[in-house]
Amino acid sequence: MKHLLRNIVDAVRGRPAFILPPSAFILLLFASCMREERGFRVSPPPSGRVQTVRLTELQPGPAQPMEVTQNAYEQNAYAVSEGKRLYEQMNCVGCHFHGGGGIGPPLMDARWIYGSDPSQIFSTIVQGRPNGMPSFRNKLNDDQVWKITAYVRSLSGQVEKDVAPSRSDDMSGPPPESSTEKKPPVKSGGIPKSAEMPK
Amino acid sequence: MAVRVLCSVLFPSGVNMSRVRSVVPAVRGLLLFLVVLLSSSACSNANKDGGPSAAPQPKAPQATNLPTGAQSANEQEDGQWLMPAKNYASTRYSGLDQINSDNVKTLKVAWTFSTGVNRGHEAAPLVVGDTMYVVTPYPNILYALDLKNPGSVKWKYEPDPAAAAQGVACCDLVNRGAAFYDGTIFYNTLDAHTVAVDAATGRELWKTQVGDINKGETVTMAPIVVKGKVLVGNSGGEFGVRGWIQALNVGDGKVAWKAYNTGPDTDVLIGADFKPFYAKDQGKDLGVSTWPPDQWKIGGGTVWGWISYDPELNLIYYGSGNPGPWNPDARPGDNKWTCSVIARDADTGAAKWAYQVGPHDLYDWDGINESLLVELPFNGQQRKVLVRPERDGYVYIFDRVTGEVLSAEPFAHLTATKGVDLKTGELAHVEEKKPGTGKVVRDICPAAPGAKDWEPSAFSPKTGLVYIPHQNLCMDFEGVEANYIAGTPYVGANVKMYAGPGDGHRGEFTAWDPVAQRAVWKIEERFPVWSGAVVTAGDVVFYGTMDGFFKAVNARTGEVVWQFKVGSGIIGQPIVYKGPDGREYVAVLSGVGGWSGAVVAGGLDPRDPTGALGYLNAMGDLPQYTTKGGMLYVFSLP
Repeated sequence: MKHLLRNIVDAVRGRPAFILPPSAFILLLFASCMREERGFRVSPPPSGRVQTVRLTELQPGPAQPMEVTQNAYEQNAYAVSEGKRLYEQMNCVGCHFHGGGGIGPPLMDARWIYGSDPSQIFSTIVQGRPNGMPSFRNKLNDDQVWKITAYVRSLSGQVEKDVAPSRSDDMSGPPPESSTEKKPPVKSGGIPKSAEMPK
Repeated sequence: MAVRVLCSVLFPSGVNMSRVRSVVPAVRGLLLFLVVLLSSSACSNANKDGGPSAAPQPKAPQATNLPTGAQSANEQEDGQWLMPAKNYASTRYSGLDQINSDNVKTLKVAWTFSTGVNRGHEAAPLVVGDTMYVVTPYPNILYALDLKNPGSVKWKYEPDPAAAAQGVACCDLVNRGAAFYDGTIFYNTLDAHTVAVDAATGRELWKTQVGDINKGETVTMAPIVVKGKVLVGNSGGEFGVRGWIQALNVGDGKVAWKAYNTGPDTDVLIGADFKPFYAKDQGKDLGVSTWPPDQWKIGGGTVWGWISYDPELNLIYYGSGNPGPWNPDARPGDNKWTCSVIARDADTGAAKWAYQVGPHDLYDWDGINESLLVELPFNGQQRKVLVRPERDGYVYIFDRVTGEVLSAEPFAHLTATKGVDLKTGELAHVEEKKPGTGKVVRDICPAAPGAKDWEPSAFSPKTGLVYIPHQNLCMDFEGVEANYIAGTPYVGANVKMYAGPGDGHRGEFTAWDPVAQRAVWKIEERFPVWSGAVVTAGDVVFYGTMDGFFKAVNARTGEVVWQFKVGSGIIGQPIVYKGPDGREYVAVLSGVGGWSGAVVAGGLDPRDPTGALGYLNAMGDLPQYTTKGGMLYVFSLP
């Protein structure tokens, strides 16, 4: 492996490489495949989309699959990094930190108290939630919320690696979003704080 | 409910007989008839429900003379525990000596009680007569437990604080306890209300809103009652609130006075009586001029810690919290009166003296720690002093009459400061450890929670030592842009904490000789010692650890004589009391949490070292040692 790497380095530097095994070419080829395909005119989902979103899988009668929202910003590295900037500027970082949580719950794990679907996250941000999550209605426009939503999902590896931010300009924190292990969201969600109080 | 009220109206505990005699006989007859009718039917019904009886209530003692703890006062130990710090001097010293450093090794669990709450339990139980009172973290339930029938609930009071308050509590959902005065229990709720509850019945007497959660204000401190007023302060230094202390009348909860810790002198209640000892603290409207324009309005200086009272001088003493935001670049200037020790007139709140421990605080070193009021010999003279083991790592000893610093010696590993000049009162900083925007500064010792946080120390007049629970933590700190959005965190810093020098131990328990100004002995602990301390006339010191050990230590030698593993890590304040059976008991709440225990209490993800304001980096292994769950433990000799 070391040998292979040196060959690649040499090749990049333009030095004559005695042997450049075909595997190196294949490796380089795949590397170029990993690049994000940037759409320049993508639109986030219509905000009316969040009106129909459910918070629970439980529904009387025959089982109905949960709707899944496609947020086009999750394929757009620029939008995700804008989401990261907003996440910090709007003080999301003050409660959830860089995914580990503190005042608010962690966002890098697989437990989603109020749902992991982009529409669910969108409505959590806009509406707020009763156990401490403030409502950011009128503080952010819909476009900004969709960007933050895309970034929030990148914290737990729900966004493709080539789109997720790779390195922070700040003091090193958790592993970069692009290296965060993707874990499928826990099906039943998390336990809201309110469920922990005796009544 | 209506019936119960009527019953208590008809059977008041102290009936005014002269007035009854003057009533016209016919009316008297009717009244008598009604009384008989109601007492035979309605009142017995109320009893069947298991509700409070209408028969003469077992009244809690009406003590209005709270223990001063002054060494000169020669007070009788009554075996009760009426306020978290035991007495006005905040010494946490119990005069009981049945349990001593020899026999404490046989200590056994007497009884336990589950609070049913899973967050960090920082409170001290109270013992009044034959009742124990326990306040839980949010939702701030108050339990009255019967000591004659150990662990059984006499009544429970639920203030139902707003659930949204959980989102503006910086460091878990803690509450540091209640205070007893004149048949009433007073305490604060997370959503910034102060409540007064009848100690005998659990009936709410009044409830006053003292802060606004939409601005980020919560209240976590334990109030103290001084001369018929309940003293309360706010929390929210990480949310850009403006710090204050206020006095509520015990009778009706109305505000008697309120003093801010930032802003113009009129708001800070600084007047003609204000005589700070050092030139650095003298001047007009320093609460405005030491800030960028209007920054003092969101500048912190909260009062979430401890208040002491000296009845002779009629002064209260407390410290104020950190300035906001943490990033110091946002607030050039001294930022008065944050991180300050302040003495005020107990009746009017007028400031008497102040000393800013941390001008232009750089590291979140709140000045809210306890003030122990003791008498000590200094240069051959007996002085009335105030001992403060500070967050910045020095034990400050003040002349509490004048505010002069008599001593400031380090009790922990320090890299960011070089000592206090006792002539000028200035704290010398190490230049290369000063943080700023976009700059990462490493190896700052102590870390943001300081060498010692809120966890209160104890003083024994027998040994003359101060017993200090504290941390051994350092940190890396990066200043970042801070945006003020009301009701959201206003910090502007990325922080990573880690163990200070040594084998990775993050906590210490130090016995400090305030006269010799040095440590006498020290115990190292794996995790920060986040519990309070208590010391007894039997020369035993008690404290708890975050990995769940409750320990008894020989107060003179520092030898751990006994320990017991409780269910969840301990961050509460132990107390010592005499039960109705005349025996000595030790009680403590277990239930890990708080800022240091947020990784367990809040289920945080330790992969993010910056989580919980950087504490997560130092506490990632805590879940291997403890789980959450609130439980009261009471110990006694077999």
